[in-house]
Amino acid sequence: MGTRDCNHICDESSPGIGEAGRTGEWRTLMPVIDDKKCTTSRLNKPTCFLCWLYCPEAVITKGIPPLINLEYCKGCGICSQVCPVQAIVMVHEEKTAG
Amino acid sequence: MAIQRKANIHILDGNQAAAIAAMMSRVQVIAAYPITPQTPLTEQLSQYVEEGELQAEYVAVESEHSAMAVCTSASLVGARTFTATSSHGLAYMHEMLHWAAGARLPIVLACVNRAIGAPWNVLNDQQDSISQRDTGWIQIYCRNNQEILDTIIQAYRIAEQVFVPVMVCYDGYILSHTEMPVDVPTQEEVDKYLPHYKPHTVLDPAKPKNYNLVTLANPRVGVDGKLCHGYMELRYLLQEALQNSKEVIVKAGKEFNQVFGRDYANVFWEDRNEDAEITIVAMGSLAMEAIVAADMLREQGIKVGVLGLRVFRPFPKSEVVQALRKSKLIVVFDKNISYGSEGATCSEIKSALYGTYINAAVRNFIVGLGGRDVKARELVEATKKAIASLKETVVNPDYPEWICEI
Ligand code: SF4
Ligand code: SF4
Repeated sequence: MGTRDCNHICDESSPGIGEAGRTGEWRTLMPVIDDKKCTTSRLNKPTCFLCWLYCPEAVITKGIPPLINLEYCKGCGICSQVCPVQAIVMVHEEKTAG
Repeated sequence: MAIQRKANIHILDGNQAAAIAAMMSRVQVIAAYPITPQTPLTEQLSQYVEEGELQAEYVAVESEHSAMAVCTSASLVGARTFTATSSHGLAYMHEMLHWAAGARLPIVLACVNRAIGAPWNVLNDQQDSISQRDTGWIQIYCRNNQEILDTIIQAYRIAEQVFVPVMVCYDGYILSHTEMPVDVPTQEEVDKYLPHYKPHTVLDPAKPKNYNLVTLANPRVGVDGKLCHGYMELRYLLQEALQNSKEVIVKAGKEFNQVFGRDYANVFWEDRNEDAEITIVAMGSLAMEAIVAADMLREQGIKVGVLGLRVFRPFPKSEVVQALRKSKLIVVFDKNISYGSEGATCSEIKSALYGTYINAAVRNFIVGLGGRDVKARELVEATKKAIASLKETVVNPDYPEWICEI
């Protein structure tokens, strides 16, 4: 069975989780949020959420604390760049087999 | 406007014929940037819109690149779109021409053929559209102003069936600024021939979709679990659409005859080719000049026929082979040059003939660049020269001859 069965005439896709595959596999650096620094967590109020807004993969929750889905986080580091209080640092992660 | 009434003959130049055809095709979005010799066409269309004669959005853009960008967006959301350009304008549009074809949008573009600089030249040759040969557009060339009007109307019928954009090419000044009698159909006739445009995709906020985003080399599984095309499968589909469009072009030409009484069930025109030993091949208005040359040669007892190419992309290989099967000598006149090689139509003819047991000699002449006048007697002389060359060798020369004074 070839790709003809998708019936697309030009390139087409629907937005959805994992639409571009397991983008977490692309990652070399991993974002880690320090809840003690994060304004949202510190005030225990839905306030900043700039990381949620800017994450191009939409893998950060708009919750308290904000959580990152590492299965799809591609490690681009944008969240760490936009965080106004430097609560997100990019760290080398130890990838374990399997 | 008289054109709303019964069909009748108007004296129109090529640009007017194109403007009327676009209006009668009920185009909904026009985005164009004026450039000689296309300018009167865009002026006419903006006037139609301004005066309320044509219910369309006329987007005055800042460049041809933007013109085609507007056309692709408008076409994607379901509008019948039209643009026109020439020469440097078409070259500037190059990137978006690829995009329109790749996104499979049935845009129609009138290319008023003009030379490209350096040096500056506003006059006619076909270097501009030939340079866009590999963008994935269907290319149809017109011989006269009636064909311009008829072909633009047909172009929508073709494009919207095969989802490939169509470039309707006609020679600058020779056709664009020369008046000739044109039978203008009624709006009812055009409406009968052209159904409403149904886009292949419908943008719907309730069902969000991405179109033509980064597409990797290999197929991938979409969120619905279906295996979707990779980049290469999409390129295959475009080629397949062009291959299959030949049939649709002929059918659209046949159906055109049923409504308007003019037959276009062909991919090229032939004149006295049945008993011809020598065939002259030319494209656009040059094919008309070739008919005059054939008259003169016939008077001298030389059996000459003419093949006037109409559809250049998709190139009608098997039809050309069929038409040339009796020719002993094929003389190809090109108003373009693929530098370092030869005229583009000559290459196509040679490639079509390869391996077909037709062993005709092929001679190529480059003519009429930058508006250089092409006289029928020059075509006669060149044809005679080609005949004489057979005494020396039937082997095709590596490079073309030029009809110029160097
Ligand atoms: S912004 Fe980049 S690094 Fe941060 S969570 Fe999103 S994908 Fe991961
Ligand atoms: S951008 Fe920084 S401060 Fe703002 S919510 Fe995200 S982690 Fe917290």
